[in-house]
Amino acid sequence: MPGQESRLKVRKVDGIVQVEFVDRNILDEGNIQSIGDEIASLIEAEPTPRIILSFTNVEHLSSAALGTLITINNKVRAKAGQLRLSNIDPQIYEVFAITKLNKLFQIVPTVPDAVRSLA
Amino acid sequence: MTGHDADNFVRVQIINDAAAIEQAVSGVVAALERHHYPKASLFAVKLCLHEALSNAFRHGHRGLPPSTPVALAYLASPDHVEIFIEDRGPGFDPASVPDPTLDENLERGSGRGLLLINAYMAVAEYSPAGNALHMVYRRPDLTTNT
Repeated sequence: MPGQESRLKVRKVDGIVQVEFVDRNILDEGNIQSIGDEIASLIEAEPTPRIILSFTNVEHLSSAALGTLITINNKVRAKAGQLRLSNIDPQIYEVFAITKLNKLFQIVPTVPDAVRSLA
Repeated sequence: MTGHDADNFVRVQIINDAAAIEQAVSGVVAALERHHYPKASLFAVKLCLHEALSNAFRHGHRGLPPSTPVALAYLASPDHVEIFIEDRGPGFDPASVPDPTLDENLERGSGRGLLLINAYMAVAEYSPAGNALHMVYRRPDLTTNT
């Protein structure tokens, strides 16, 4: 998105798109919209997306961000792709557990774990 | 908010602006830090404030100008924090929000804010009109010796 600072660090290794969030707080709805749009573009660029979202820098995350993650998951599944979430802080994992979204997403401890599970 | 405590509440009017919301939330978090609340408490209260304010602006103030303020009042003490959030919308019935943890609702886009508030707060009650939320967070690491 020209003129807008990316909220993601993205690299592609052996066909797997590894995404790291830049923000410590994923709370503001404007930021969440930008993040959703950026990841949607990454999904669109892949014929069969294999994507890892690393939350290593993330300290806070709102329910609006969870809604965006659900949309991302649906977009990946629509292209028969695979999505992994990794490096989730225990307090944020509790948010996934309370909302039972830990049942919907495949959550693994680290990026290497995610890579192995996608191999 | 009754009796002498009412005088001690910090009161803030917040408009629908990311910086204004962050500043208000930071004020509450700073009050908890002054009482040395643990990190998990700061996380929980910050999250619930964002969820409640987001609901107030996104749903309560739908169709109203962004400059329409939401009222926040809070009082932090060593063992609990009490928070009131009131919007100027028509209100809603919390019972009408579907349970987002049911398998059939797991992929729904909304309803999780209220769920998280109820999970973290000891008290989370809406006014009869449904436009004012009263929350109480109790510090979990303090036990009462009786």
